[in-house]
Amino acid sequence: METAMPPTTPDPAAPVTPKPQDAGQGAARAAVAADAAPRLITEGISVHYGKVIGVRDVSLTFRDKTVTALIGPSGCGKTTFLRSLNRMHDLTRGVKVSGKAVLDGTDIYANGVDPVTIRRRIGMVFQKPTPFPTMSIYDNVVAGLKLVGIRDRALLDEVAERSLRQAALWDEVKDRLKAPASGISGGQQQRLSIARALAVEAEVLLMDEPTSSLDPQSTMRIEELIQELKDTVTIIIVTHNMQQAARVSDYTAFFYEGDLIEVADTNTMFTNPREQRTNDYITGRFG
Amino acid sequence: MAVTAPVVGRPRRIAAVTPENLRRRYRRDRIMIGLLVLATAVVLIPLLIIVWYVVANGIGAVLTSDFFTQDLGSPARALQGRPTGLGHTILGTLVVDGLALLIAVPIGIGAGIMLSEYPDHPLNPVLRVLNDTLNGMPAILKGLLAFSLIVKPMGTFSGFAGAVALAFVMLPIVARATEGVLRIIPWSIREAGLALGLPRWRVVLNTVLPAARVGVVTGILIAFARAAGEAAPLLFTSFGNNFFSSTPLRYLVGPVDTLPARLYSLAISPYKEWHAMGWGAGVILLLLVIVTFVGTRIVTRQRHATDL
Repeated sequence: METAMPPTTPDPAAPVTPKPQDAGQGAARAAVAADAAPRLITEGISVHYGKVIGVRDVSLTFRDKTVTALIGPSGCGKTTFLRSLNRMHDLTRGVKVSGKAVLDGTDIYANGVDPVTIRRRIGMVFQKPTPFPTMSIYDNVVAGLKLVGIRDRALLDEVAERSLRQAALWDEVKDRLKAPASGISGGQQQRLSIARALAVEAEVLLMDEPTSSLDPQSTMRIEELIQELKDTVTIIIVTHNMQQAARVSDYTAFFYEGDLIEVADTNTMFTNPREQRTNDYITGRFG
Repeated sequence: MAVTAPVVGRPRRIAAVTPENLRRRYRRDRIMIGLLVLATAVVLIPLLIIVWYVVANGIGAVLTSDFFTQDLGSPARALQGRPTGLGHTILGTLVVDGLALLIAVPIGIGAGIMLSEYPDHPLNPVLRVLNDTLNGMPAILKGLLAFSLIVKPMGTFSGFAGAVALAFVMLPIVARATEGVLRIIPWSIREAGLALGLPRWRVVLNTVLPAARVGVVTGILIAFARAAGEAAPLLFTSFGNNFFSSTPLRYLVGPVDTLPARLYSLAISPYKEWHAMGWGAGVILLLLVIVTFVGTRIVTRQRHATDL
């Protein structure tokens, strides 16, 4: 596979606009997305684990109504970068994050910004579904509201139904909302986790290998769900499955050993990447 | 006859599967099992002897309604055959132990949460040292602590002082059990709660602690059973009483009788009638401890299905 000659130096801070010769869905999707407002902009994010650098100077723009996939071999920093987007590294000792991540004009790492409010606006779904084990399905969905003091039953009911419908789980659980959440299948639990994040009206949804522990059927459901959700939330998904990235995302960013190597619309990325390393990874020469 | 291995070529004798060797190993196995059974018996038999002995001697005193409805009075009462019993002792034990629980449980759970969930807090190492020290302190010293803190300022022996002494006994047990069971809850639960934008204390209280419910309750029950049997700390805090207290408040601010302390004074008294009641007190104490531990088993078994 040949790499194309770049007409200009690649600027990772902007999404790559599709080249005129690209045809098909990918280009159309990206073209729409290129006009969308930027939701989350990172500038020079670096993450240090003590002396070791996990992520080095990454600047990326994530726009409304888009799905961005972060790909790369194990240990390349994609998950580390993802976790810096909702200040999850605050919870780990010895980790230092530098740089800016601007959500709607506010740098989430600025002084005086409360990480708790940030995490409501930027939600996260993990690899292993984690419903709160002692709560029912209903209580799990509304946990983000109920546990901060919202008691209005009518409101909670409405939010629960809306979120479960958005997560494509309502029909399956509407008759047993009070059943323990640990009793539903893995795929359903993962959709429950997504519903939970949607209930607090997250603007961005970070997904850390969300289908890695699921069977192919559930994986397909979640991938369909991602397509449905991108109109409501901006989605950033880390995946080690390149086919998934190709199926699901509008933009793909390739990470390698802590650096952002390349970002492009998915179509271009998988057919005509600029960098040799990207090409090698995608064609399976390593990783 | 040698058993040969399925190898191509010269058949070899594999020592491990010769019949004599196998027989020898089975015999050794049986000897080991025998030793284990013996060891278990050595542990269980004294327990059974104690239970049998106490029940045999005390059941007579317990199986009368007087035992539960009458107070002790002076020795003359028992010697003259007038109604006497340990109703006030049982009541006093329930009051003092119950109050001790009320004091120790919230503080103990709080300490356990602090030790497990906030390892970075500057007070954490201090708390750990204090907890471990309190755990290792002899119970009579805990009684002495309550004496100097409560009895001296109040100027009187009291149920409250006894409760505080027993709370000192219960506290480190509850704190250690809570910490232990919280540590087992996987980090992913906390992570999911925090990623939802919940403040840390909410995550601990509403998502982590409920998952650890069973372990915490077990810790509380074990602490209760342990404290219920302590006599030494009560000797100079709640002190003892031969009578029902005149008002409910006097159980808190006046001397109160408790089973372990009363058992001691009845046992060293010169009166045969009182000795019989001492055995009765022993039966009740035994019952209290057994019921507590059976309750623990019931709680742990029931919850098993809904645990992680």
